Amino acid sequence: MTETTRRDLLKGAAGAVVLAPGLTLIAAKAQARAPGSAASAANRFGLLIDTGKCDSGCTACVDACKTEMGLTGHDRPATDVQYIRKVNVKDPATGAAHSVPVMCQHCAKPPCVDVCPTGASMKRADGIVLVDRHICIGCRYCMMACPYKARSFAHEDQTNQREANPRGKGCVEACTLCAHRIDAGAKPACVEACAATGKAAILFGDLADPNSELSRRVAAEASTRIRADLGTGPAVRYQGI
Amino acid sequence: MRAWVLSLLMGLVWLTGQAWAGDISPVIPKAQGACVDEPQAMRRHHFDYLKHQRDDTLRSGIRGAKYSLKECVSCHALRGHDGKAVPVNAEGQFCQSCHSYAAVSIDCFTCHATVPDKAPKTAGVTQ
Repeated sequence: MTETTRRDLLKGAAGAVVLAPGLTLIAAKAQARAPGSAASAANRFGLLIDTGKCDSGCTACVDACKTEMGLTGHDRPATDVQYIRKVNVKDPATGAAHSVPVMCQHCAKPPCVDVCPTGASMKRADGIVLVDRHICIGCRYCMMACPYKARSFAHEDQTNQREANPRGKGCVEACTLCAHRIDAGAKPACVEACAATGKAAILFGDLADPNSELSRRVAAEASTRIRADLGTGPAVRYQGI
Repeated sequence: MRAWVLSLLMGLVWLTGQAWAGDISPVIPKAQGACVDEPQAMRRHHFDYLKHQRDDTLRSGIRGAKYSLKECVSCHALRGHDGKAVPVNAEGQFCQSCHSYAAVSIDCFTCHATVPDKAPKTAGVTQ
């Protein structure tokens, strides 16, 4: 634990909230959860994606995801594993085109969890939807149930997996919102990669924390959720579509 | 004469017995550093520890617990002659040598990484 110096305090003042003269509330940085403590229902992690900043030709988030999660393909786009898809949409009436990164929407009421016959498809206390591949039997009901086409199936034997993302043949898998990075106090790989390109179209934050930048922006600005009519309550919100 | 032949035969049996024992016992590469638990306990119960731990980690998000397959691999994967880590489930390596002796297949590594993301801690060269 480092001590907060006067200099740090002044540097942090930009992102701080002044409650009263001389009393300042500094917005807490994302911190690693203490070892041994479980994910908490006090958090609800999510994303806000500004499609106005997202280029159709840019695949920085998709590439970063593949590297982070150790995803390899077989030049079979229809069945290769993907955690993020870039979907190019166009309004036929106006011609307005957008490129939309679509990943697991980490629903509040995930249909994939409802249909899973083994309990492998599950929602963590902090709202992150995961596949417990220890008990996944590869039936792919969840893939059919997901309205966002977010889940993939590993059709082939896998090698060279990353430490943080064990994955193997015969299991369904999807975006984990980089749970391993969030638990360590970092942001998801796609968010970092997008910020590194200078576009910063993806904002990560805690929807349950009213002081987070994400909460403040979704409270102040218009945002939409894909197929909100289904009532799944996604934690991923979009702007500009 | 008979006693001499008998002692010779017994000696031969002892020698061949030694040779066989040497052949079939697993040769287990040593890791650097201390294990998280007593080696006896780990030999007997490592699968139970890991199976319990995996549910806590994945389903509850509890990190940094005592037993972790990632930590096992980071200590037990050795560096090969080419400087790269040798998978722990490769022939003669830590996990595989004992499991092939015990005729127990390992399912962990159909999904889990067999080498650490970073360079292995253990400097020992093998293969």
